[in-house]
Amino acid sequence: MSETVTFRVQRFKQGDPASHYDTFQESTDPRTTVLDVLTRIRRVEDPTLTLRHSCFHASCGTCGMKVNGREVLACVTNVRELGTDEVVVQPLDNAPLVSDLVVDMGPFYARFNAIDRPLVRESELVPGSHPAEGIPHAERYEDCIECGICLSACPIAATDPEYLGPAALAAADRLREEPRGQQVPPALRLADDPHGAWRCHVAFECSEACPSNVDPAGHIMSLRRSLIGRRWRALRGEPVGAER
Amino acid sequence: MTDRAVTRDADPRPSPGVPLSARRRGVAGWVDVRGRRLGGVAFILNRITGLGVLFYLYLHLVVLSQLAVGPSAWDSLLKNWFLNPVFLVLDVVLLAGLLIHGLNGIRVALVGLGLVVSRQKALLGAFGTIGAIVLLIGTLMFISHGG
Ligand code: HEM
Ligand code: SF4
Ligand code: FES
Repeated sequence: MSETVTFRVQRFKQGDPASHYDTFQESTDPRTTVLDVLTRIRRVEDPTLTLRHSCFHASCGTCGMKVNGREVLACVTNVRELGTDEVVVQPLDNAPLVSDLVVDMGPFYARFNAIDRPLVRESELVPGSHPAEGIPHAERYEDCIECGICLSACPIAATDPEYLGPAALAAADRLREEPRGQQVPPALRLADDPHGAWRCHVAFECSEACPSNVDPAGHIMSLRRSLIGRRWRALRGEPVGAER
Repeated sequence: MTDRAVTRDADPRPSPGVPLSARRRGVAGWVDVRGRRLGGVAFILNRITGLGVLFYLYLHLVVLSQLAVGPSAWDSLLKNWFLNPVFLVLDVVLLAGLLIHGLNGIRVALVGLGLVVSRQKALLGAFGTIGAIVLLIGTLMFISHGG
């Protein structure tokens, strides 16, 4: 038996004076995800609906959006588990809007890429993995899938246009923890700024919203600790330490 | 390392649709707590109570300045205003505001300096519980003294 759920999807096309909502009645089964429904709407009901997605399994980070007011990856958000008869779908906040549910990730990437943190970890391999013969080990990527969800959930990003943002700051802290031959001080200089690690007001919304267990707020705090240590050492005329 | 100027630029290249400046939520991103969690609510409550307590401090000094006018001015102020039940309720509101701001302020200061970060949620819960208990005791004391 399938249960019908009302989807209210925010729509916007370039040239429109404002966004509006379109309503779709959608049947669901216990495994239907929000992304299943949106791709079905596009295929069957309205081919002009634009959205971003790729992997369908929480790896690519492209399907970030707001569902019932909360930032989620649509591909792993089960419709029935939302527990509402009406599901409201909106694009991420604090990012330019291109069309319907598609935001421009450019400003997010500009900050994130400035940190220049390598993608593959050296300290850890994939736990419990069984790589195929001839492959020495399964490499472990960084957790962040660069979805921009944390920036949408952050109250500070809502008002500070220059805020580096949770993901970029978390990346800076990961680089500090594990430099992998990379230069750390440039990233720390970006972070040690009124619009960097010090701007955060400890709401922890980013860590709550992050779908990939990055804990950006926790990283911002450990970044602060390390920056305080550097300043303290500098004050006492001790070597600051190139990395930490 | 990309040039610092790139990261500081809010909108590195103009987007074709609604620009970042119009899509940033603004103050609504602080006060609209729909979909937000406890930490986000604590953030905006801290802001509101901080300003509220600041406003109270101003009022408090204005009222205290009546002491300089003389004992009769003060006595009539007490009798006509501050023993009124409405002011009892305002006292409870003030106490709640001070507790929220002070206790959350201690959490923000500790966690914000990189201490007890991994237990920050438990800290929020603990301070919330302490605050609720003190508020209850305070309210009972206001009632017994005011009645
Ligand atoms: C009980 C002692 C207090 C503590 C521990 C405390 C702590 C703090 C902290 C940590 C912040 C920064 C919050 C953040 O980063 O988001 C803050 C902000 C503030 N406090 Fe207090 N505070 C106290 C008492 C007061 C009093 C008595 C007043 C008013 C007279 C006041 C007014 C403010 C204001 C206006 C802000 C700015 C609000 C904001 O930026 O969100 N505080 N306080
Ligand atoms: S830190 Fe988490 S929420 Fe932010 S971009 Fe990375 S994966 Fe997404
Ligand atoms: S489609 Fe790749 S994360 Fe959702």
